[in-house]
Amino acid sequence: MIELDETDRRILRELVQDATQSASALGRKLGLSQPATWRRVRRLHDTGVIKGQRLDLDRELLGFGVSVFLGVKLATKGRVSLDDFERAVSAIPEVQSVEHILGVYDYRLRVVARDISDFERVLRRRIMTLPGVGDVEANVVLSEERRPGPI
Amino acid sequence: MLDDTDRRILRHYQHDPALGLSDLADLAGVTANTCTRRLERMQAGGVILGNRAVIDWRALGYEVEVSLRAQLDKTQPRAFDEFTAAAREVPEVIEIQTFLGRVDLRLYVIARDMAHYQHIYRTAILPLPHITDIEALMHMARIKADEGLPI
Repeated sequence: MIELDETDRRILRELVQDATQSASALGRKLGLSQPATWRRVRRLHDTGVIKGQRLDLDRELLGFGVSVFLGVKLATKGRVSLDDFERAVSAIPEVQSVEHILGVYDYRLRVVARDISDFERVLRRRIMTLPGVGDVEANVVLSEERRPGPI
Repeated sequence: MLDDTDRRILRHYQHDPALGLSDLADLAGVTANTCTRRLERMQAGGVILGNRAVIDWRALGYEVEVSLRAQLDKTQPRAFDEFTAAAREVPEVIEIQTFLGRVDLRLYVIARDMAHYQHIYRTAILPLPHITDIEALMHMARIKADEGLPI
């Protein structure tokens, strides 16, 4: 586990807002020299604290009016069916994320669609036909926010 | 509003948000000037909301991830607003979604270990206002997480 000091945390908070900032721009904001900032940013990457970047896009402006969280229960369990299910579900372009969970459902999927009828098409043709799929619960996302987290 | 060139740029940019401008332009088959202009227009138009660093919470010692699905007392007209406002004050809550469906709301909570999770659950989550039912789904593994849109 990596220990961060207050300066690291400020850098992290800044990069979560905008990862494209240069070390010199970031350093100016925080009152640090460019090389010192660069070294700290480098360390955050090297230690895996920053695992990548994510392009934040406006789904609605891109024509994806509907996001749905699907809880999926598998009808038949066993190693083979899990692998088959995971491979097949990950290949569906409308499925943005797949998480294996422990609780009332086996998997949580995040699905985007153009509208409700497009979602119905994805659900019936793509999801319900997946190998081993059992009960499915759909919750349509009305609003969403990401929080900075404990940094 | 977006043409094929915009979408091509977005597809490549979404796939690898750490790409430099000239690499992105090459992949999308446009000049660096065109690429810059298109990106600026999509930022100004709100299609691109940001390019954000993604934190690996495990690298910072947060081993436990839990999805808490809550139902609220809908006889209280301000239940959603008050619950959400209070949930924002909990640093370990990193995502908040509201839904149309059986579940009203989801909190994505991270914790250092199970004891820490128990502590957060008892002292910060259960006291949140207007909860009528809450269930926890323990996160086991992330199978697909690019959150890419099928642009």
